[in-house]
Amino acid sequence: MVANSDVTFAISPGEVHALLGENGAGKSTLVKMIYGLVRPDSGRMLLRGAPYQPAKPSEARQKGVAMVFQHFSLFEALNVAENVALGMENPPSMRELAERIRAVSQEYGLPLDPAKLVGDLSAGERQRVEIIRCLLQDPKLLIMDEPTSVLTPQEVDILFQTLRQLSAEGTAILYISHKLEEIRTLCDEATILRRGKVVATCTPRERTAREMAELMVGQVLTPPARARKPPGPVALEVTGLSVSSPNPFGTALKNIAFTLRQGEVLGIAGVAGNGQDELLLALSGEILSPESCVRLAGKPVGRMGPNARRALGLVAAPEERLGHAAAPDMSLTENALLSGYVRKGFLKNGFIGWAAVDSFAQAIVTAFDVRTPGTHVAARALSGGNLQKFVIGREILQDPSVIIVNQPTWGVDAAAAAAIRQALLDLAAKGAAVVAISQDLDELLEISDSFAALNEGRLTAPRSAQGLTVDEIGLMMGGAHGMDVAHSHHDAQGART
Amino acid sequence: MDLSAINPAVLFASLIVAATPILLAGLGELVVEKAGVLNLGVEGMMIVGAICGFAVAVGTGSPALGFIGGAVGGAALSLIFGLLTQYLLANQVATGLALTLFGLGFSALIGQGYVGIKPPMTERLSFGPLSDIPGLGTILLRHDLMVYVALIAVVAIWYVLNRTRLGLILRAVGENHDAAHALGYKVVRIRLLAILFGGAMAGLGGAYLSLIRVPMWTVGMTSGAGWIALALVVFAAWRPGRLLLGAWLFGGITALQLNLQVAGARVPVEYLQMSPYVITILVLVIMSAKGGRALGAPAALGRSFHATH
Repeated sequence: MVANSDVTFAISPGEVHALLGENGAGKSTLVKMIYGLVRPDSGRMLLRGAPYQPAKPSEARQKGVAMVFQHFSLFEALNVAENVALGMENPPSMRELAERIRAVSQEYGLPLDPAKLVGDLSAGERQRVEIIRCLLQDPKLLIMDEPTSVLTPQEVDILFQTLRQLSAEGTAILYISHKLEEIRTLCDEATILRRGKVVATCTPRERTAREMAELMVGQVLTPPARARKPPGPVALEVTGLSVSSPNPFGTALKNIAFTLRQGEVLGIAGVAGNGQDELLLALSGEILSPESCVRLAGKPVGRMGPNARRALGLVAAPEERLGHAAAPDMSLTENALLSGYVRKGFLKNGFIGWAAVDSFAQAIVTAFDVRTPGTHVAARALSGGNLQKFVIGREILQDPSVIIVNQPTWGVDAAAAAAIRQALLDLAAKGAAVVAISQDLDELLEISDSFAALNEGRLTAPRSAQGLTVDEIGLMMGGAHGMDVAHSHHDAQGART
Repeated sequence: MDLSAINPAVLFASLIVAATPILLAGLGELVVEKAGVLNLGVEGMMIVGAICGFAVAVGTGSPALGFIGGAVGGAALSLIFGLLTQYLLANQVATGLALTLFGLGFSALIGQGYVGIKPPMTERLSFGPLSDIPGLGTILLRHDLMVYVALIAVVAIWYVLNRTRLGLILRAVGENHDAAHALGYKVVRIRLLAILFGGAMAGLGGAYLSLIRVPMWTVGMTSGAGWIALALVVFAAWRPGRLLLGAWLFGGITALQLNLQVAGARVPVEYLQMSPYVITILVLVIMSAKGGRALGAPAALGRSFHATH
């Protein structure tokens, strides 16, 4: 398969250059070539006028190319200084390195304790480790792959200040993101890829986000549409829900309460690791709670497991697609059976009606445009976006009365994400109640009727999503986590570490 | 029972000797597991090391060459494991168990001509008058060279793992092989080298059994020492210093068992034989009650790595 074909682009010193494209457009392969992880079959690269063809990442690093990865390339059991040392050529002694980390982190307003274990850091702090690892090598070109997906709006502000400072010092920055508004505020130029080819270049400030999105997908996008109806009777009621996390690094839920009516969409924001996973588990029935903490259409279900709740109409699609939402080595048909058998009646006297299961799986594939050779394919073989469409579609087609989704469009390209959001809204229009947990604020603002934020296991009181600004949401999410708040936000929440 | 027949200094000295084979093999396995590989074939590599070392020592008349032969034999067997698990992505648990069974059978085959032969004697080091110090001299200064090699290896492996870049990279590979690969480290090569080191150390441990501790060759003579070494790594929470203490504890049980029999104690041998495993289970329970991190297991332990691009 050809991931990139005949790609040409240039980036000058001090420029912030955006690389745009859907999943599978070839952005990752392109930056991996620049970073020396993949070798191009043909073509040439020039770095500051000299031919540049790194055979391995260490060579790229030596020549001044540094990269911050999308999924952090960090080691949880090692401390900050050790993590930084692993990404450097010829690192100095640990003591000297710790000094330099402190110095650089002060210079750029990114506080970090070199002796702390990375496993104990928040997502924003982990990203600082990666950035400082790059800065210590005095890079000429800094590649950032989806850096803001795990940050609060305030943390994004601080990151952008750092990046602007770097670009003012002459560092070229190659910036990959799905978030078009961010690219409009930060980037000077943009190169847009589709199916491995450059389809357009533009100056982001002069374009609207919609125009750029349409260049990416090559078709006109319609925003999710819905017919607003007055909300129906209460579908799901949660009161005083406190549970501890099954995961040693997890967050306990503390006194969660909300009421959700039929046809209503509740959007729950929050930075990763503030109890999102636990909330989904407690609602789906994987964590049990006192009986009356969770009520489904008035019926207490707190002691019921997932299948009993499914039978009553509550379904859930967790964040982790492989291993939680789907069994990686089982076929799509088998995966359709696993969550669908309760509501679709696939079992007869303990025997599986495979024909019915397979036609259910086929229906999901057709209705949600899942690109796969067939339903016999293992879930593992699907790309992330396609599997996500399958997982969400599987729940939606079970005709639930309440659906809980966590990160429904994480890692899914723009067109598919729009389709998933539309499907959730259509489901709500038919009278189902939707709980959408997500870290994508634009997504939540697009689909939610009411809005709440999770912060260290506590849920803010839900409020109407209309008229909510991103700044207000940021404060609901707890402000900037332990950031050096040199600029605007001097509130008490911002000082938390 | 006459406990006064047990001389503490002599007991401690024999404890150090009894601990040396499992200490050597345990250190090797510790390095392997720190790199994220679980090799359950320690027993097999030890017994192959035992017969290879024995055969070379008998053939050449040199115990030193014998130990080298044992290390090479153990490493050669571990190479099979390395190729199967690192390049062909075979399951590490199944391959390790197969390695143990293969090693036991293969060593019996090549050992057929060596039953009943005495190997050349390994001389004890003499520290002159120092060795005659009562107590301390008996405990520490009247041993053969391999005992000191094993003790130095404890310090050396601790130093390399915690204070050098090589050790940092090894731990990184064992923690998160995908991230290590993304940073440009050769995961498979590093793991293969760790596996070879582990095999050589297990082979040394086996050769110590057949050349010094017993000293002769009998079929299946490791009798579970490899499994004790494996338990030892978990017991030690992947720390070389604690591994030494564990080896002395487990070795001490073996030494005590012989002494108690001499003293006429009526403790069934089987209780003492099972005690290392019981202690390991207890330690595991205590440590996991304190939470996952206290165990200190490398996060990528036992997981196969395959570069996806």
